[in-house]
Amino acid sequence: MGTWDTKPSFVRSDWPLIDCDIHNTVPSLETLYPYLPDYWCDYCRESAFGGPEMGDYPKGAATTALPDTTPPSDGPAGSDLELLRDQTLDFWEAEYGLLTCAYRVQTVHNEDLAATLASATNDWQVEHWLEPEPRLRASLVVPSQNPPLAAREIERLGNHPGFVQVTLPVRSLIPYGNRHYDPIYEAAVRHNLAIGIQYGGAPGIPPSPSGWFSTYLEEYAGMGQVFQAQVISLVAEGAFDRFPDLRVALIEGGFTWMPSVMWRIDKEWRGLRHNTPWVKRLPSEYMREHMRLTLQPMDAPPEPKELLRMIGQLDSDEMLMFSTDYPHWQFDSPEEALPIGLPESLTKKILAENARAFYRL
Amino acid sequence: MKRTREKVPVIDSDIHNNLPSGDALAPYLSDRWRKHHETIGGRGHSGGSYPRAMPNAARHDSWPPSGLPPGADLPFMQEQLLDAWDIEYGILNPLMGAGGQLNLEYGAALARALNDWQIEEWVKPEPRLRASVVVPYEDGELAAQEIDRRGGDSGFVQVLLIARTAEPLGRRKYWKMYEAAVRNDLPIGIHFGGSGGYPISGAGWPSYYIEDHGGMPQAFQAQVISLVCEGVFEHFPTLKFALIEGGFAWLPPLMWRLDQSWKKLREEVPDLKRLPSEYIREHFWLSSQPVEEPPKREYFDLLLEQLNAREKLMFATDYPHWDFDAPDRALPTNLAPDVRRRIMADNARELYRL
Repeated sequence: MGTWDTKPSFVRSDWPLIDCDIHNTVPSLETLYPYLPDYWCDYCRESAFGGPEMGDYPKGAATTALPDTTPPSDGPAGSDLELLRDQTLDFWEAEYGLLTCAYRVQTVHNEDLAATLASATNDWQVEHWLEPEPRLRASLVVPSQNPPLAAREIERLGNHPGFVQVTLPVRSLIPYGNRHYDPIYEAAVRHNLAIGIQYGGAPGIPPSPSGWFSTYLEEYAGMGQVFQAQVISLVAEGAFDRFPDLRVALIEGGFTWMPSVMWRIDKEWRGLRHNTPWVKRLPSEYMREHMRLTLQPMDAPPEPKELLRMIGQLDSDEMLMFSTDYPHWQFDSPEEALPIGLPESLTKKILAENARAFYRL
Repeated sequence: MKRTREKVPVIDSDIHNNLPSGDALAPYLSDRWRKHHETIGGRGHSGGSYPRAMPNAARHDSWPPSGLPPGADLPFMQEQLLDAWDIEYGILNPLMGAGGQLNLEYGAALARALNDWQIEEWVKPEPRLRASVVVPYEDGELAAQEIDRRGGDSGFVQVLLIARTAEPLGRRKYWKMYEAAVRNDLPIGIHFGGSGGYPISGAGWPSYYIEDHGGMPQAFQAQVISLVCEGVFEHFPTLKFALIEGGFAWLPPLMWRLDQSWKKLREEVPDLKRLPSEYIREHFWLSSQPVEEPPKREYFDLLLEQLNAREKLMFATDYPHWDFDAPDRALPTNLAPDVRRRIMADNARELYRL
């Protein structure tokens, strides 16, 4: 690794910083037992259920954990508050850190179990993360495979000031623009929560239109396309027409592909808009207005100047939000966490202002 | 002000010829498969119906006066496309679903019939046209047989696959087909479309045609990722692919993402010796239509540079489909003349050896 003992130049007392993607990891299913009703505790024990599928981040893959992020307690990276506080909030001198728990209750076909696991995860987040650390904000884990059950969970905890978004895995069985999910959006909007679509998921269908990939590398690199599908779906299926206050963050999906999707779908819309009359403006306008993207992974071209040009192609200074994607390994030294050569006004927006406005912090 | 422009040759790398009727292939099928064709007919992965915006996805003016379907009437195609735009060569990509047949032997019979029909009824009567070898691509061995059967005919310039396959194209079940393509010295074209039996996005089935049509780059991205990461180009170093009707603005970001991911995860794919983007730059060509239209010219120029469009982009009209790109309008008018020339004709001329 590079030099982690020196702070990057952009960590300055006069530049607030908000990290929009920090993964707090549920160490094991047993961690949730105290938060589960007796019936479900027994169910998990008797069935020897090990917890939801965790294929999104193979334990030993280099991308999964930065060196030195495994806690002394030997739990998985991201499971220990002390270490996480030290390596994220304190290191970056962050004003806020947004937890993006990736506990995949959505992969459990038993929807009742999924719902109870989601509630347990959220109660654990309140007790172990939000209450001890006031700089943290969290994402509600919901059983999105059953939107009414997910809405019930949003109702239950949506007023807690620590939760600022509802998180959904980017891989889904039905794309997120579909009316199927309206109960989730209705509840989220009512509770002033954003929707955070994040890397991963295991809905039982392949992660590509052309079947299952052989390797993790392909699945990892290919996740960008699934984000693209969700972006297109949310706009084309009218989610922002039905919910004008809906805010969607795209988390850990890269962003350099976004301009190409805007251009393509704008062109499609010019030819096909009579098919989707509820899309009243250029699709890219909805994207700029309702969507934000976290900064890591940057999927950057080799030349720093070219990356700045790609950022310019978003045609918006509001869309990018700083993130480290802790504990995942996305950059080799802290200075690389931010594109090199950004103008100061845009730096400040990316570091904090965009997230502050979007999450209403 | 009247614009004057140097006249450049045009090669159209994506033309869709069509069957005049369901019976048109009958003379090219054996008795056994003619009977099957008439009684059972095609059976593919069903459940992917997206009513299109217009009949046959065709330009309204492409319905020939003869009453035949768009793309089925050669004299009308000659007049409306080849003569009207003075096209030097046109590459035929017939989309009849042979490769997606669940009955693989029927798919192979259909492919044989379509290939013989292309030569007899299109390439022989019209020397400006070249054909693509249709193959039952879900069976590598049957596909290889068909490539060997027809690949030596100079009327064929590529093997034709469809983007949405049953498995990502880097997987080994397809490798016999690649061996045959290399043996016959043919590039492989992957064209828009298909139905591999899974939802058409990694996020599930969308609802509208705009998502089906506008989402197609996702299938192309999956294929590029798979072909590179499975080491296909280490095993077949001379194999070339043309990505047809998939757009192209998505490719540079994909190269960066793949390179970045590979740097961290390369232990998993020890067969890969070079950066993924190096394989991509060497082995992939792209057809232009549908040209992405960024709001600012400078974005488009940067994109062409990032793609090495001067060497790898090939003009296509997609005739007779509704999203037709016209030869005089598809590219910015003030593109450097040598770049225009290469995109409009020379890149295809080199890849397809015209």
